[in-house]
Amino acid sequence: MAVYLREMLLLRRRIKRLILSMSVSPLLYLIAFGYAMGKSVKFGGHTYLEFLIPGLVAMSSMTQSFAIATDINVARFYWHIFEEFQAAPIGNVAYVAGEVLAGVSRALISVTVILTLGMLFGVRLHWLSPLFWLAVALNSFVFASLAVALAMLVKSHADQSLLTSFVITPMAFLGGTFFPVDRLPHWAGQIIWILPLTHASRAIRQAAFGNLPGPSPYLFVGITGIIFFIMALKCVNQARD
Amino acid sequence: MIRVEGLKKVYRNVHALNGVSFHVKSGELFAYLGPNGAGKTTTIRILTGLTRLSGGDAWLNGFHIERDTLRAKRQFGLVMQSINLDQELTLLENMDIHGRLYGMTKALRRSRIRELLGYVDLISRRDTIVKRLSGGMKRRLMVARALMHSPRILFLDEPTVGLDPGIRRRIWGLIKQIQHSGTTIFLTTHYIEEAEFLADRVAFIDNGRIVALDTPSAFMARIGKWAIDLIQDDQMKSIYFKDRKEADSFVATHRGSYTLRRVNLEDAFLSLTGKKVKN
Ligand SMILES: Nc1ncnc2c1ncn2[C@@H]1O[C@H](COP(=O)(O)OP(=O)(O)O)[C@@H](O)[C@H]1O
Ligand SMILES: [Mg+2]
Repeated sequence: MAVYLREMLLLRRRIKRLILSMSVSPLLYLIAFGYAMGKSVKFGGHTYLEFLIPGLVAMSSMTQSFAIATDINVARFYWHIFEEFQAAPIGNVAYVAGEVLAGVSRALISVTVILTLGMLFGVRLHWLSPLFWLAVALNSFVFASLAVALAMLVKSHADQSLLTSFVITPMAFLGGTFFPVDRLPHWAGQIIWILPLTHASRAIRQAAFGNLPGPSPYLFVGITGIIFFIMALKCVNQARD
Repeated sequence: MIRVEGLKKVYRNVHALNGVSFHVKSGELFAYLGPNGAGKTTTIRILTGLTRLSGGDAWLNGFHIERDTLRAKRQFGLVMQSINLDQELTLLENMDIHGRLYGMTKALRRSRIRELLGYVDLISRRDTIVKRLSGGMKRRLMVARALMHSPRILFLDEPTVGLDPGIRRRIWGLIKQIQHSGTTIFLTTHYIEEAEFLADRVAFIDNGRIVALDTPSAFMARIGKWAIDLIQDDQMKSIYFKDRKEADSFVATHRGSYTLRRVNLEDAFLSLTGKKVKN
């Protein structure tokens, strides 16, 4: 709990900057793709904006929860505050849970920002659907856990940025955020279905459209999250040199 | 209070510790004195769980550091060599988070923070962001934070490195005070005066080995009470004498410049290892 609280205190101090930075790229996408595609392009009866916003939600909940890795690394390699946690009588579960929760909180804030932007663009979908938020939360859980695991393994801050550009950025573009996955060539489609983001973004979009997504994406994403969480627990010991 | 037996640490191919053993008694101020790279920080990092050991055993207040980790961790407070505060948070928040990590109740945290920030003279700054503090203040805050959960043992890794002489003395006073309140202190330093002034016992560490371990006065008694520094064949040399009379009779026959002074720990280290602590 102390670990989570610390992250929240820091978050509060940075909240203005953070919200600003969380709005920039969705805003650009909305303007660029939304207006460029206009009302002419439709996917399954929805305008492109209606299609895009749930995708942005999926993408942003992923990148923002994964961004906890950067915070952990700054704390570890630059401020050395990680030593405080290592020396404290807390178990790995308490540490990992605190950081993952912080990542999820951050993701939820970013999703709220996107939905607010969406409303400004006049897009009205089923934002209050519990299944929508469950999918968002599970997606954040997956990437926050992955973030903690990787943050424990890297040996420097530079490694961390490398991982982000190799893992997160491609996934952000491929995971069904900007265009329907079924438009991809067959082999690419195969790969994409093992990415948790693909399932999450599908569930998020279905729920936002007011449909019932079915249990399988939730199971897939949830189980992936649990695996990453357990990985993160093991990786905390690796951070001792 | 601290028992260390045959501690070893190998980083890839660097042998940082080659079997270190010592025993720190309850209430004692134990100094670990040695040049840079001797293995001081490594020893503290292993004892506090930041680094895995490669061999040996260690107990803190009876709890084994690897087999009984969480309880061993409750026994100590830690002040590392480099500043590791949350720079974007206030003094109060830094202290409070520490208290929460150790499961302290809200009431206890509040009273302890007031007491400790008063103790290190930072109470008026409690709502300042840590970034804005001076180096000496940050150091004092780190000491206060380490004491937050009332540990039995305090680890201090080079607590005065890089501080002005005036501030250094102030920290020394603080360390003495902490010891008098009953805390066992394990301190590393490469400043001779620091060990000489503070320590009940000193271990000389060099190349991952304890070369000698004794009280400062016993160390000095081994080589004599007085020393004369002089230049001989273009080399600085020190000659040691049992007492003042011997030194005086040397001076009577000596031609050229010299300095007569009391023997200090540096002399002891020099005569034991053949090298200076500061290099
Ligand atoms: N993380 C590390 N990886 C590799 N070598 C290290 C690491 N930390 C310390 N060392 C080496 O171990 C030796 C002891 O270092 P250290 O304990 O920091 O010395 P001191 O604190 O006495 O200056 C040095 O030779 C140092 O280079
Ligand atoms: Mg050191």
